[in-house]
Amino acid sequence: MNRRDALARVALLMGGTVIGADFFLSSCSSPTAKTEEKAGKPVAEEKPFLNPSQVSFLDEVGETILPTTATPGAKAAQVGSFMAVMVRDCYAPADQKIFLAGLTKLDEACQKQHGKGFLACDAKQRTSLLTTLDAEQKAFTANQRPDDPSHYFRMMKQLTLLGYFTSEVGATQALRYQPVPGRYDGDVPYKKGDRAWATS
Amino acid sequence: MNKNTYDAIVIGSGISGGWAAKELTEKGLKTIMLERGRNIEHVKDYVNTPKAPWELPHRGGKTQQMIEDHPVLKRDYTLNESNLSYWVDEKQSPYVEIKPFDWFRGYHVGGRSLTWGRQSYRLSDFDFTANAKDGIAVDWPIRYKDLAPWYSYVEKFAGISGSKEGLPQLPDGEFMPPMEMNVVEKHVAARLKKHYEHRRMVIGRTANITQPHHNRVNCQYQNKCWLGCQFGAYFSTQSATLPAAVATGNLTLRPFSIVTKILYDKDTKRAKGVEVLDAETNQTYEYFAKVIFLNASTLNSTWVLMNSATDVWPGGLGSSSNALGHNLMDHHFRAGARGDVDGFDDKYVYGRRANGIYVPRFRNLFGDKRDYLRGFGYQGGAGREGWAREIPEMNIGGEYKDALSEPGKWTMGLTGFGETLPYHDNQVTLDKTKRDKWGLPVLAIDASIRDNEQKMRIDMMQDAEEMLEKAGLKNVKPYNSGYNMGGGIHEMGTARMGRDPKTSVLNQHNQVWDAPNVYVTDGAAMTSAACQNPSLTYMALTARAVDHAVSELNKQNL
Repeated sequence: MNRRDALARVALLMGGTVIGADFFLSSCSSPTAKTEEKAGKPVAEEKPFLNPSQVSFLDEVGETILPTTATPGAKAAQVGSFMAVMVRDCYAPADQKIFLAGLTKLDEACQKQHGKGFLACDAKQRTSLLTTLDAEQKAFTANQRPDDPSHYFRMMKQLTLLGYFTSEVGATQALRYQPVPGRYDGDVPYKKGDRAWATS
Repeated sequence: MNKNTYDAIVIGSGISGGWAAKELTEKGLKTIMLERGRNIEHVKDYVNTPKAPWELPHRGGKTQQMIEDHPVLKRDYTLNESNLSYWVDEKQSPYVEIKPFDWFRGYHVGGRSLTWGRQSYRLSDFDFTANAKDGIAVDWPIRYKDLAPWYSYVEKFAGISGSKEGLPQLPDGEFMPPMEMNVVEKHVAARLKKHYEHRRMVIGRTANITQPHHNRVNCQYQNKCWLGCQFGAYFSTQSATLPAAVATGNLTLRPFSIVTKILYDKDTKRAKGVEVLDAETNQTYEYFAKVIFLNASTLNSTWVLMNSATDVWPGGLGSSSNALGHNLMDHHFRAGARGDVDGFDDKYVYGRRANGIYVPRFRNLFGDKRDYLRGFGYQGGAGREGWAREIPEMNIGGEYKDALSEPGKWTMGLTGFGETLPYHDNQVTLDKTKRDKWGLPVLAIDASIRDNEQKMRIDMMQDAEEMLEKAGLKNVKPYNSGYNMGGGIHEMGTARMGRDPKTSVLNQHNQVWDAPNVYVTDGAAMTSAACQNPSLTYMALTARAVDHAVSELNKQNL
């Protein structure tokens, strides 16, 4: 696609605009005019936005959203570190606050559901919790008005997808990455199970 | 000879400036090309082209800092991490928006030839006669036959791939083999051809070469054009015109050279040179030449003319008519339709085609009559959805991940690019109360689309919806995502060509009526906008004008 032709084929992330800085995804961007957000003061580069335990917590959240199957999961793609960079640099201050508070909220929801913190849970319990939270964010988003804040778990899920499928692990193992195709063929056979191209 | 004296001066190094430099130097003129921004060297400076997606910390997105630094660029896909350095520093070079105007600029060697969309279409006589026929604005001083040989000339050098279709509203050119439509696009094109007499869907005609050409490697289907192509596979100043000009030994390229004015000689009624402000040192220099090509991009060419005011022409060079700064045009877009394609689950593509499909104009042609004037073309394409799609019935987990690792359904979209009429009061002026980093007055832009365009946008949605439905698509949805003038990045007009010095700035050879050794051959010259992407027309106008200028110089007429 020509980048501007691509406007006709809106690629949204998980059926909505990308939270934060109206992200430009592969070669497709949303044509919807985004409400202008006040640009916040950037957090100083040298100061890590999340501490190592928060990063590894997010790695586990990511791994539960996109776990290891026949291909590596989100933890192998270090989505926790990716989220820390994206929330620090691309999120407006209000969204940063929601994301940070979400770390605690997620653990509290886990206490409520399983009687223990997220990291203390096994894979099955984690999956059950995040399935609940995903239903919660979907319901929340369905009723969200344009200027309403986003749900913290939607942020985590979006960033997990974005971080994973554009990582080296995700792009080359879950997907197929071909830096220089060399030619174009608009009619190649496809069978179920063939992986998608990493870039468009 | 003064060391600052040349045979020719070219102001600007984008698509049209590069062409002027190539043609002038190949005809033996010692030429200086003045570029206001930094140099970008072919291949060497395309630093992000070789990078994989994961090598960009924000994966190509925008940070809050980028948004703060680029209050205009942020309005569209244009603001992104991967080619941020190919866009103007907005804080250094502000402008005034009396009405919202998206002005996306590239201040560096190559200008927007590095980032352009590369769609390359000829105008036809439907376009060149439109103003006269409709009684709108002024008549073009040229017809298709005047430009046709020059279209051929520039197409052969630039390398335009496309298919010959024999359509009167979109004349065929000198094409390299076309890129291929994908299987779904072919299917839709066949259905449309069956259903409509005058609506054709063809592969986009694009300035990406499909065969090796002048030391350039044919397109490798990376779809990274706007980062700069290490194969030189798309036309840009760097890949095509600059090396040709350099090879003559007649070119001097001077980056960081802001042309502040054209120096006008009252006695000879000619321009004698230009004043240059060095963007790095703030020193002022003068350069002299027999002929000047003004190719600073539509609005900046007009800025140079306006800032060249003298006591003879207090409104600027070219202001003897009332046309300088007026009739600003663009292509309005972001209205169309999209839908889902059933079937073809056993089909996919290989390679990333930096090109889409094109539906040439069909409205108000061949006996069709609408409640507005002119028409629009569609650009678009079909493809399978990727990992960013929503899968409503799934939430998280391994199955979800594996599902997203496969391509989704086929979808297809059409986006109209519509003609904007030339309105006298869509205009730019110099605002001397506001200054840029170098203390120069800035442009104030006051332009908007009107009733004619708004009516056209309804057709842009409805026709796309109808066509996609006729082609058998499902869940077809029209859309109109709104549009600010300028957003098409096809600024045109403000120093139009015409037949009468009282109502136009330029004559039929792109000479400024008030100073015939100054030629303006970028988008500023456009008398009407048509609906086709305009850059190919600037190339043809430029080559034609240089031919005229050199012939006039030889006759001692300049």
